[in-house]
Amino acid sequence: MFTAPDLSYMAFAPIIIVLLAGAIGVLVEAIVRDAATRRAAQLTLTLVATLGALIVAAVQWATTTEAGVVAQAGFFVMDKQALAWQCMLLVFAALGALLFAARTRAGEEAFTPLGSAAPGSPEEAEALRRKLEVTEVFPLLLFAVGGMMTFASTTDYLALFVALEVFSLPLYIMVALARRKRLLSEEGALKYFLLGAFSSAIYLFGVALLYGAAATTSYAGVLGAILASPGDLALFVPGAILVLVGILFKLGAVPFHTWSPDAYQAAPTPVTAFMAAATKAAAAAALVRIVFSSLYPLEWELSWMIWTVAIVTMVVGTVVALVQTDIKRMLAYSSVAHAGFILVAFAGFSPEALSAVPFYLLTYGLATIGAFAVITQVREKADDGTVGGEATRLGQWAGLGRRDPLLAGAMALFLLSFAGIPLTAGFIGKFQVFAAAIDGGGWPLVLVAVLASAAAAFFYVRLIVLMFLTDVPEDQQEAVEVDYHPYTRVVVWITVIATVFLGVMPVWALQAASDAGVLLTGL
Amino acid sequence: MNPIAFVYLATVLFGIGAAAVLLRRNAIIAFMGVELMLNAANLALVAFSRIHGEIDGQVMAFFVMVVAAAEVVVGLAIIIALFRARQTISLDEPAELKG
Repeated sequence: MFTAPDLSYMAFAPIIIVLLAGAIGVLVEAIVRDAATRRAAQLTLTLVATLGALIVAAVQWATTTEAGVVAQAGFFVMDKQALAWQCMLLVFAALGALLFAARTRAGEEAFTPLGSAAPGSPEEAEALRRKLEVTEVFPLLLFAVGGMMTFASTTDYLALFVALEVFSLPLYIMVALARRKRLLSEEGALKYFLLGAFSSAIYLFGVALLYGAAATTSYAGVLGAILASPGDLALFVPGAILVLVGILFKLGAVPFHTWSPDAYQAAPTPVTAFMAAATKAAAAAALVRIVFSSLYPLEWELSWMIWTVAIVTMVVGTVVALVQTDIKRMLAYSSVAHAGFILVAFAGFSPEALSAVPFYLLTYGLATIGAFAVITQVREKADDGTVGGEATRLGQWAGLGRRDPLLAGAMALFLLSFAGIPLTAGFIGKFQVFAAAIDGGGWPLVLVAVLASAAAAFFYVRLIVLMFLTDVPEDQQEAVEVDYHPYTRVVVWITVIATVFLGVMPVWALQAASDAGVLLTGL
Repeated sequence: MNPIAFVYLATVLFGIGAAAVLLRRNAIIAFMGVELMLNAANLALVAFSRIHGEIDGQVMAFFVMVVAAAEVVVGLAIIIALFRARQTISLDEPAELKG
């Protein structure tokens, strides 16, 4: 029998605001014809929606005296853990939207004027001449964020699958919309799409097996069924492994990471910035909730997998990043290594991870958005003085400290935060994660993680040395130009301030993270 | 007929689909492999639904179908865009992304 659900709409408000704004954005696309007006309208709408939802979520956080509310039994909760992730995702979305709207000095935006036109075709030339603009990226961003927020808050495996697709599908499209190197962009989108669809199919089959074993797909129902049948786990274990594989794909852990360097390099850099921060946060949020509210009785069966994947991810991510010559690709492999550090927190399933993982993702996400924002500002310049695409070869970054000391200094700060140097946010984040792992008895994993961090520091510092201590090659003086757009600079300075603040004065944020360290079962 | 047989069939179909994604170099065929995996999951959901004597699993299969349809739209759009640019959809040919 179907029973009418008992919904608590107030608890859904942040997600409803975001998704509704996405729908209005589609309407704006249809009504407003002038590209400049449309762009301004979309940017305003996106910022109002994300910041409005952020305020609503913050009010919910402040007014919730206990752990939170169950918005719909067995389906959706708004506990402090969920609210913390939602606030984080909304901040990333607002910063991402600003980057989406930024342009070069010559007025060129990051997206292709017409996604359906083949690269180099007469249609594309015509679209360029008429100055068409793909402002659909803003509604796509909102839909993606709405999906991610649902992803972080749902307590049902099937709803998690739907949310997974809701946030993945817009990302596949956005990856394919780069203005320059369009062939590369479309190719990266195809790889991202195929591997993403593959992983969600694997996840779904895991859900089917869990449903077969438990006769329900809610986290709490599966947990209850596991506890009720300790001897018979024949369906639970393969189901749980397939579900985790699906999530680890999105997290970008080795051996499920192959999409991430391609997608990061191919996507328009503003999309990379948003995707790198937000996708990882959403995946980590779902992993925390699944592990700690549904699958923890299977610790003995699952911990070998988490340990192996964590170690391999840290080692492969670090080693491969060492040999990269493209800066976006280098940061992509560094993000793979960070996925390994996130997994370290799950060693032994210590409840400390409930606070450590959100804090780590916040520090990582802010530094990532900042770093990619800096990348959008460093541009190639042709002999005739026209400014071209982004200068992503590492060699082109030589002497950036002379060209723009502030921008290079910001980049250096983000790199130090990635490396986990004290007085940056990354240090506190790594410390929290490693403390959680030691609490769970995972000290061998922490040992590997510390060694991997030390090795990773090498390629971060190498880039800093390249920016500040290497002279610009004689014939390259005019080959690189530092671009300027107020939106991008605002994003860079916000992330710089946040990274320093979280590194020097982490008490407030750590208190919030520890308040967030509670999960409602959802019943 | 014992519905557990359909679960075994679903597992086999899932394996075939996964093999198609990993082994075939044509983007369309690889994509069809993904669809086969999704439908294998559907079959498993419906079979388990029958075993448990309830309709939840069948309702879930509808959710999956809708999601799969949305995925086809996006996937084919990307594949067609790439085909227009390069006149091929082989996954081996793309060589712009390396390392």
